[in-house]
Amino acid sequence: MGMTMAEKIIASAAGVESVRAGDIHTVELDRLMSNDGTTHLTIDMYHQKLNHPRIADIRKLVWIIDHNIPADSPKTAASHKKMRDFARAHEIDFWEGKGVCHQIMMEHYVRPGELIFGADSHTCTYGALGAFGTGVGCTDYLYAMVTGKSWLLVPETIRFNLKGKLPEGVYARDLILTIIGKIGANGANYKVMEFVGEGMKSLTMDDRIAICNLCVEAGAKTALMEVDEIAMEYLKARGREPKVSVQSDADAVFTEEYTFDLSQIVSIVAKPDFVDAVVPAEEALGVKIDEAFLGSCNNGRLSDLRVGAMILKGRKVHPHVRFLVVPASQEVYEAALEEGLIGIFMEAGAIVMNPNCSVCWGSCQGVIGAGEVLISTGTRNFKGRAGHPDSKVYLASAATVTASAAAGEIMMADRLNA
Amino acid sequence: MGQTIIEKIIARNTGMDTVKPGDIVTVQVDRVMIHDIFIPFVAEKFEEMGFTRIWDPDKAVLIYDHLVPASQVDDTRHFRIGDAFAEKYGMNNVHRSDGICHQLMTEAGYVKPGDVVFGTDSHTTTYGCVGAFSSGIGYTEMASILGTGTMWIKVPETIRVVIEGTLPSNVTSKDMILRLIGDLGADGATYRALEFSGDTVDAMSVSSRMTMANMAVECGAKCALFTPDEKTAEYCGISLTDAEQGLVGDADAAYCREIRYQAEELVPVLACPSQVDHIEPVSKLAGIKIDQVFIGSCTNGRLEDLMMAASILKGKRVAPYVKLIVTPASRLIYQQAVRNGTMEILSKAGAVITHPGCGLCCGRTGGILSDGERVVATNNRNFLGRMGTSKVEIYLASPATAAASALTGTITEPETCRL
Amino acid sequence: MAETFTARVWVLGDDIDTDIIIPTEYLALKTIDDMKQYAFSPLCPELAAQIRPGDVIVAGKNFGCGSSREQAPEIIKALGIRCVIAKSFARIFFRNAINNGLLLVENPTLRDAVSEGDEVQVELGRAILHQGKEYRIASLPQNLRDIINAGGLVKAMRRRNGLD
Repeated sequence: MGMTMAEKIIASAAGVESVRAGDIHTVELDRLMSNDGTTHLTIDMYHQKLNHPRIADIRKLVWIIDHNIPADSPKTAASHKKMRDFARAHEIDFWEGKGVCHQIMMEHYVRPGELIFGADSHTCTYGALGAFGTGVGCTDYLYAMVTGKSWLLVPETIRFNLKGKLPEGVYARDLILTIIGKIGANGANYKVMEFVGEGMKSLTMDDRIAICNLCVEAGAKTALMEVDEIAMEYLKARGREPKVSVQSDADAVFTEEYTFDLSQIVSIVAKPDFVDAVVPAEEALGVKIDEAFLGSCNNGRLSDLRVGAMILKGRKVHPHVRFLVVPASQEVYEAALEEGLIGIFMEAGAIVMNPNCSVCWGSCQGVIGAGEVLISTGTRNFKGRAGHPDSKVYLASAATVTASAAAGEIMMADRLNA
Repeated sequence: MGQTIIEKIIARNTGMDTVKPGDIVTVQVDRVMIHDIFIPFVAEKFEEMGFTRIWDPDKAVLIYDHLVPASQVDDTRHFRIGDAFAEKYGMNNVHRSDGICHQLMTEAGYVKPGDVVFGTDSHTTTYGCVGAFSSGIGYTEMASILGTGTMWIKVPETIRVVIEGTLPSNVTSKDMILRLIGDLGADGATYRALEFSGDTVDAMSVSSRMTMANMAVECGAKCALFTPDEKTAEYCGISLTDAEQGLVGDADAAYCREIRYQAEELVPVLACPSQVDHIEPVSKLAGIKIDQVFIGSCTNGRLEDLMMAASILKGKRVAPYVKLIVTPASRLIYQQAVRNGTMEILSKAGAVITHPGCGLCCGRTGGILSDGERVVATNNRNFLGRMGTSKVEIYLASPATAAASALTGTITEPETCRL
Repeated sequence: MAETFTARVWVLGDDIDTDIIIPTEYLALKTIDDMKQYAFSPLCPELAAQIRPGDVIVAGKNFGCGSSREQAPEIIKALGIRCVIAKSFARIFFRNAINNGLLLVENPTLRDAVSEGDEVQVELGRAILHQGKEYRIASLPQNLRDIINAGGLVKAMRRRNGLD
């Protein structure tokens, strides 16, 4: 019997011929990413809980400060210092203030075929480059850090066949929100979401990253996509080669298969307080908003900023809306500077911040107050996610978010007044 | 007998021929500034006082800057209260994310030479850079001005500060004002006006004068005054009237003290933890390891300051494990820095660039530090606990010293501050 | 107005700035009562809880320097401090205190003689008595006494607007 993409990657990492869903294997990990959400806890455990503290392979570690930067409290600063000092002492690759962790990983590290642990749920992002990336907690991370290995229960795979092309004004974010809406917040629980089909050809790398990134919101263990010319071009431009490019065998077994016709996808909004509470954006029009957010590991890339700038050019942000624009990395910010996008956002009255998780994380930058409404390109809209428990978050595409920022209420881009 | 600048401004404002220090007079206020931190308190006191209308809504300016972007869940309450107050009383001059209050008041043309201006912030002395009498007050006082348009003041004595000569190539107006504060002490100018003159001052840009006026309160001064000139006129977009041009201290005016500096003798300095008047030359502290550099604030967040930093950082990178946080003072400045390539240089050097606002200076967020950490910052205060725990050391410096230090990761004297 | 009272002394140094009196991070708390527990926290975190109504603060020069935050004198008043006696006051703090009815008294030498927990007897407009010695103090100018006598600026304005 053939293997899925995920099974092949795990088999290789386990050093065996083949694996099957349901097996448990010990695997060698290619990369271990941790951010300022939990690294300080990992460090504490490293010092306090281990009889023989050691790190299996320093070169595999990537530590990134992205959630609370610039630091918002002495407590945050102390946890950053702990992380920084440890990274420095052990010569661990360390990124502070350079961007959101998953964006940094895609720009600088991920290679097709790799098996990657990240101490962050959206590690499934790396499937856009055919890598098996999955989120773990700090204890699993510590174990992997010390031994270079971990145990893994081989997940089943759900296959998504994509056909056609997204209509004008409809984006990858609308597609993935539609899929999550269809299968539900638990629809891919512990499974792999694998995306294939001729529809993939019309999806750029930015699109693919946005799709894979959100899969954990359907409960997925990870997401995976094949490495085609588009992915290879992205890799080559960054001077990287695949570890190995895999495809699911023709006779691989999938637990479910779905087909999505991209041309039928419409603009989507995920209503408070659940990512799978999706409706066509049309049904959410008119809701008054206090804040809008364009950024995050889901939609903070150059193409997203281009969409926003195109809508906002010649317009102003509504006087009673705070429009936070946060590029996902310093590289994205500099490209946006060069293209004049940052200038357009500043001219329009937006609030442009340094690359970081910002209000998607909702801890210290752009937090919203009691009774307020945020429309966001972030990954989650759980109760209280962006600030006060009595606040509401709508998730939408960069286009819908930007149009809403201009209108002062939930608005679709093609309905915005001149 | 001749008059000092502050005496001339107050005399003209009150319609008297002359005034003298110690006189208690009532001034007609030309403009007021309220920012986001204090608007809820101003609003509450205003209504508690029983006022039902603002004396002249066009003379009031409301600016959100300390809380932009919000970092705590109750911050946005300040915006809602501010917006509601502005709407209720017909205030149209509201700036919600355009930058720091003190930058906007002159940049957006709210203050002109000779104006009498009060603001709910101690650094309201800033607008003296264009020859206005401007000073900080509390929110109760502000509420009473909103209702009456007037305020009682005691005419202050004036300390005359004359600076002559050419500044060395690595010395900025920030070094000059820090030196003065060190010499006078934190209360050396309490209740007094500081009047600046001399050819060094004449040669300074309005931006550089702004740095000095901004920090005047740190030696206790009530206000700072600079004589309006062609640079002022260009900055304010006006032609100077005779009265405005006449805002210069008369030769026979009475000053309680005169201090003179020869510019060539000045050196780059720092205000050391944790007092603003604890001044030392940078060269004496060179080599001390630092963790962070902050370039921004109403003191030194202007285009001139960003370009000064960029010229030092160009083509180089911030030292490993050191953070450089850059927060421009206004939206306009940010846009200008984008257009002339300054932002690109700063970003490529590794700067963390945030939206215009008070940022780290007010110590709520924006780069807070922890025990044992050190920051070199271009703002105006380094009080204990200001940017984190009481075991954080804050050194105040010029943008040139800050940028040079960011490159080495240690306190470093800049080679030059010229572009 | 000849007023005399006795009080327990808390001693502070020179240049007590407004960031010490109430750090910026607490300024977004809703009420003065919420804030007052954090008064002086960067310098002495235990002080606020120990102050009893009727106590006085005796401090060095330039008390209240720094920011214009009016919460600084409001909080000192809310803690129950009867008056602040200092070698000198920063000017914004001075105005804000008057406007809130917090009594301020200047004297150049008392601070060097007192210790924490001492008792002083204050005779407004005349002198402070401490361990048998007399320290002269002056009256405030009339216009400022008017504001304090009215109970602060808010009450003065309410009267002006025909309320109360």
